[in-house]
Formats: sequence, C-alpha cells, structure tokens
Amino acid sequence: MSTLNTADPALLRDRADAPGLMSRLAQLPLIWKLLSVALFALAWEIAGRSGFNFSFPTFTATVAAFWSMVVDGSMGAAYLRTIEPLIIGLVFSLVVGVTMGVAMGLREDVEWLALPIFIVMQAAPMAALIPLVTFIYGISLTAKVVAVVMLAMPVITINSYKAVRNVPGSLVSMCHSFMGNRRQQIWYVVVPAASPMMFAGLRLGVAEGFSGVVLAELLITPTGIGDLITFHRSVANFAHMYATIASIVLFAVIAVGLLQWVETLLFRPEKGNVK
Amino acid sequence: MKIATAEFIQNGAQPVTGANKIIEVKNVSKVYGTEVVALKDINLDFEAGQLTSLLGPSGCGKTTLLKIIAGLLPATQGDILVNGKKVTAPGPERAFVFQDFALLPWATVLDNAAFGLKMQGKPKAERDDIANHYVKEVGLDGFQKSYPHQLSGGMRQRVGLARALSVNADVLLMDEPFSAVDEQTRRKFQEDLIRLREVEKKTFIFVTHSIEEAVYVSDRIILLSPRPGRVSEIIDPDIPSDIGPDELRRNEVYLETVENIWHGIKKYVD
Ligand SMILES: Nc1ncnc2c1ncn2[C@@H]1O[C@H](COP(=O)(O)OP(=O)(O)O)[C@@H](O)[C@H]1O
Ligand SMILES: [Mg+2]
Repeated sequence: MSTLNTADPALLRDRADAPGLMSRLAQLPLIWKLLSVALFALAWEIAGRSGFNFSFPTFTATVAAFWSMVVDGSMGAAYLRTIEPLIIGLVFSLVVGVTMGVAMGLREDVEWLALPIFIVMQAAPMAALIPLVTFIYGISLTAKVVAVVMLAMPVITINSYKAVRNVPGSLVSMCHSFMGNRRQQIWYVVVPAASPMMFAGLRLGVAEGFSGVVLAELLITPTGIGDLITFHRSVANFAHMYATIASIVLFAVIAVGLLQWVETLLFRPEKGNVK
Repeated sequence: MKIATAEFIQNGAQPVTGANKIIEVKNVSKVYGTEVVALKDINLDFEAGQLTSLLGPSGCGKTTLLKIIAGLLPATQGDILVNGKKVTAPGPERAFVFQDFALLPWATVLDNAAFGLKMQGKPKAERDDIANHYVKEVGLDGFQKSYPHQLSGGMRQRVGLARALSVNADVLLMDEPFSAVDEQTRRKFQEDLIRLREVEKKTFIFVTHSIEEAVYVSDRIILLSPRPGRVSEIIDPDIPSDIGPDELRRNEVYLETVENIWHGIKKYVD
C-alpha cells in the first residue's frame, strides 16, 4: 500500500489557511513570478554558454528553435496529433475513474470486486506494458489512447476512492439528521467534501496521461511530439529537441494548474476567498 | 409577568404532571458490537418546553442516548416515542447540534444555516430568508457571507445553532455544544441559551459533562452513571429565576446543587 502514488489525506485536509502549492504559486504577485522565470532563463543561458555538454543548447538558442518550429508549422502539427489521444484518454479515465472510485467508496460490494484490480494497476510499472499494447491494437490511435488510460486511470480511481472514504462521518450524520436522502447526501456532502483529494488525483492523472502519450509516441508510433523529439535528436538539432521537451513540460504544468482553477470554481469557493 | 411565566414552567417541571411529555425513552439499551454495553434499560420522559441536561462522566453513554433519540443510531432494545409515536429515523420535529459543529467548509454561513431547509426542498429565496433571520438571532449578522474557517469556534457553533433553529423543530438535541469553545465564550453562550429559550419556546435536550453548566442552564438534570450507562439520579434545580448570571454563581441554592451532584458523581470518577 505504501508504494501507491496517492496523496496523503492528512496533507490534503481542507484547510483553507494552508492552500496547496499551486494556489500558493497563483497568489504570488506577478513581479515575483516573472523574476523567478528570468532567473531560471539566466541560469540556463550561463549553463549553455559554459559548454559543459556539447548537446546542451543555450536558452536563447532554444527559444529561437521553438520560434522557428512554430513558424514552419511543425510544432502546431505535432501538438494536434498528440493532443487527440491525450484528450480522449483523459476524458475516458476521468469519467470511468471517478465513477469507479466513488462507487467503490460508497459500496462495499463494488469495493470488494474492483479495488484489488486498481491497486495492482497502480503499483505495476505500466510504462513497461506499453509495448504490449502494440501487439493488440497495432500502431493505431486506439493504442495511444490505451496507453494514456493505463497510466492515468489507476491514480484517478484510487484517489477518488480514498477521497470518498475520508469524508468526515460527522458531515454525513449531519446530512442524515436534517433528513437528507442518499442522493442529497452524495451531491451536497460527499462529492464536495471529497473534491480536494479527488482533484489531487486528477492532477496526478493528467500528469501521468502526458507521460502515457509521449511514451506511446516514443515507443509505439513515431508521431506528434514524441516524433518531433526523436527526429531532432537523430539529426543532432539539440536546440529543437530541448525546445520540444520544454514545451510539453510547460503544457503539462499549465494543464494541471488549470485543473486547480476549475476545482475552486466548481466545488470549493472558500479556497478562492483567502486573501 | 416574565417571572410568573418562568415560575409556571418550573412548577410544571415537577414529576407529578407529565401530561405534556414530548419525548419518551422506553427501556432503551444499546450494545456496541457484542461487548460494550453503552446503555442499559433507560426510561425517561422529556417535558415540552423544558431544558433537560444529560450529565455524566465521559464514556457514560450521553452521546449514544442523544443519537438514539435523534434517530441517527438504532437502539439495541426499546423504543423512542415522539409525541406518542414510535420513531426510528430522524424527523422534522427534532434537530441536532453537533459537538464538532459539522459545518460544510465550502459553504457560507448563510448556506450552512439553510442546509436543513435545502434538504426539505424549500426554494432558495425562502430558505435564505428564514436562515438569515436565525443567523441574526444567534448574533452573526454581518457574517452571512463568511466561510466557517474565517470564524472562531464559538461563532461556528452559533452557525450550527442557527441551522438547527431554521428547520423550526420542536426539540433541539445538543451534544456538548460548548465543549469546543473557550471559557469566556462559553459563559456568554450559556446566557444566550437561556435567553433563546424564552424567545423560542422549544424543548432542549442538552448533553454536558460540566456540572456547573448543567445546574446553570437546566430545568432538569438527568445524571447518568457509566458502564453500563444507567439513570442514576434526576435533579430539578430550584434556583430562583429572577437573579442575574453574576449573582447566580454566588447563589446558595446553586452552589449547594453543584455540590450535591458532585457527591453523587464522585464515585464514578477516579
Ligand atoms: N461506535 C462505537 N463502537 C464501539 N463502542 C462505542 C462506539 N461509540 C461509543 N462507544 C462506547 O460506548 C460508550 C459510551 O460512549 P458515548 O455515548 O460516546 O459516551 P459519552 O458521550 O457519554 O462520552 C463508551 O464506552 C464508548 O467507548
Ligand atoms: Mg459524547
């Protein structure tokens, strides 16, 4: 159990006075954010110029390479190819994972049937199974979707399950004492109370999904971002390779950050209220 | 006029009447698992309009009894009657105030206070109106849009109280409502509770482990003994109702009642 890639519930308790890393970052004044980005760029530039590794480009060269790929359209085309299996896989993982997780948290029979499968799926190094996917689905879009689902769904499911199990009993009692029925109990108490931990799982799941799709593109079908990375490496265009890698990292970080924003908007208005 | 009314209620509290008992506990026992006998053969009547305290050391089954009355917990044996009818689940005539407040952290003060009305399916405008009235009544005007984490413990429990008042139940079940609140706030709270009783004319069943608190606020005190929980004594404090809170804490009858209860309870605490 200790190997499970889940967030510790004790760290995720809804303490609005102790917001998560993401929201703390979001609260930093813009000037500090810009300053830290500038410092990072400067360090990169110095490291690149020091020439410690022949394949390590400077920051300016990387930005220039990024710009040239945007202009010649290869970057946009690659993202269009990559994003399709990513989105299909993530939406599927989200719908099935959250539903399964909540069902396992609410019903013992579902828990008994399904929990072991997800625990094994989460503990197993799924990336190692990705080459097997090719045997079944060939080098199709389906293969890439399956790769995303394999990596993203277990962590989403397990976190949703734990989130539901961690809902304070006194809130459930409270709802019962004011004559809330089962449906009201789930919608007005269990789901919002579980949402911080569920969204922590979703963020991990989205990050895993990015790994899944890039791995699939590196291992199964050379397309999209994975192909762009492989191609520029093979022709020793290291600035272009780094620019591609940096862009997908940035993209993943932004996607995960966006989820935090959606959570606050939908379920936890009190977290947006901290001044 | 006020004093006369108060006296009338107090006389009505004597065991001889018993005509308007709103809640009856009949032969209730509760066993947790197979071993822990939390309550054994409890028989009690609660009079309408009275404030009755359940008093006893920690672990004697006060919460268990209150939750059984609330319909949140099934009794192993025996029945709960509300207005003469047997109940096994929560009902509109009973409202619970929780020891740990049980507020929704993501909901505003107003939305928390309106929660019971929302469960009843009341339209938003109507429930906000009612909840707003009670938020003001418990002294939280101006905090309607605050979230629980922005309030002190005492204020949070006032929200819990407003929520219970909003559903207009006849009986308020309060499980050590002031135990998570600091001493100064607690005294203010006790005075407010006494005032609230006069305004709201409801029946209160009030769990506490504080002898002073029980004697101060109650018409009747039910003393429970532990392992297994039984009714060990019923006390009707006969404290003059026309004296202020500061005088009261020096009043002879008050001090004597506290002393008597302490003697009764001492043997269970070691
Ligand atoms: N869910 C439970 N399972 C097993 N034993 C319990 C449970 N709840 C309470 N008890 C036991 O029942 C007894 C009475 O508990 P409780 O009603 O909470 O007492 P009080 O509120 O007076 O402190 C205690 O000995 C307690 O340990
Ligand atoms: Mg208790």
